[in-house]
Amino acid sequence: MASLKDMRVRIAATKATQKITKAMQMVAASKLRRAQAAAEAARPYAERMGKVLGSIAAAVAGSDAAPKLLAGTGGDKVHLLVVCTAERGLCGPFNSSIVRLAREKANALTAEGKEVKILCVGRKGAEQLRRLYGKLIIETVELRGVKQIGFEHADMIAKKIVALFEQGAFDVCTLFFSRFKSVIAQIPTAQQIIPPVFESPSHPSPASGGGLGRGSYEYEPEEEEILAELLPRNLSVQVFRALLENAASEQGARMSAMDNATRNAGEMIRKQTLTYNRTRQAMITKELIEIISGAEAL
Amino acid sequence: MALHFELVSPEKLVFSGEVEQVDVPGAEGDFGVLAGHAPMVATLRPGILTVKAAGGEQKIVVLGGFAEVSSEGLTVLADLAESVDAIDRAVIAQRMSELEKRIAAMQAGSELDKLITRLDHYKTVDRHLTGTAMH
Repeated sequence: MASLKDMRVRIAATKATQKITKAMQMVAASKLRRAQAAAEAARPYAERMGKVLGSIAAAVAGSDAAPKLLAGTGGDKVHLLVVCTAERGLCGPFNSSIVRLAREKANALTAEGKEVKILCVGRKGAEQLRRLYGKLIIETVELRGVKQIGFEHADMIAKKIVALFEQGAFDVCTLFFSRFKSVIAQIPTAQQIIPPVFESPSHPSPASGGGLGRGSYEYEPEEEEILAELLPRNLSVQVFRALLENAASEQGARMSAMDNATRNAGEMIRKQTLTYNRTRQAMITKELIEIISGAEAL
Repeated sequence: MALHFELVSPEKLVFSGEVEQVDVPGAEGDFGVLAGHAPMVATLRPGILTVKAAGGEQKIVVLGGFAEVSSEGLTVLADLAESVDAIDRAVIAQRMSELEKRIAAMQAGSELDKLITRLDHYKTVDRHLTGTAMH
């Protein structure tokens, strides 16, 4: 059995751990507020962008002029999975839930005989995926040391995706990230970005424009030129949004994970203190008995 | 009849509401949008967007992006949008110097022409800002 001194050391160690988890929880809470504001501020842009693109896509649908980024290559043999995760751990199931979703998708695709390629954003996801799909990972983007995710980071990743697409490295691209719903709920999400999927398949806005038919948009400059600019931009925006949602989700997940850890540490301290006090009392009683019985023997 | 106008940048929703008219700096010239405008899509050049509402005029600097007019109204997706009073002049100066550097390093060609036009747009915006600042 552990001596009293050992037990005191254990309790002190648990208390120190509790202090760390408590501090991490508070740091996550303050970071969360900023990340959440950024994620929520970016939503309108991404949504409007999707809407605008959706109505243009409906207008050019079926025509041969539709660029590949919009219409896809026509095949779906090679899939690129862009898996966005955090740079750090200790945030509960955040990283592994995204990885799990990506893994299920990858397995399903491989079972269908499709080829899968993976692009990792974030160190943690790359580490988890490397074990199983080491050969499939074509690139890893680390955002270490990035304090506040800016549009340029998303732009860089999107440019990489577009470059790969233009080389013909894949047909379909899916983005994996965690959508921030609330502090306790983050939903791992898969979003297909090439070719883009729009939420409302029958987009009403161009058709309902005063009885005008589809394809009634005027373009300035030319349609191709606009789409050539709009489509890569849409990609950057979607990646940017995914990164921001991820940042908010990560802090939310870390906050609740650390809250749990702090509570568990408190529970452990209570139990250890109880055992410590019991043992101490038992030793005192034992010593007393020894003294009394010694005195009686005289 | 009021026009529904929305101006969004990647960072935030800058403007949303009913207005009378919006003058948009299009890549091929400025155009005004009133309620009931024909559906169109246009790219923007760096310039100044004017919002005319019942309460008066509002000038907003936009640095590139897209405008979409549909039956629902006008949506402007700007790369950067900031009201004339609040904009950080340093951002424009920095973008200008970046462009200048890229132009210096470029070979002649259509790409170079594009960059030079872009720089001109920035200069116009900058001049305009200097003008209003002196009022």
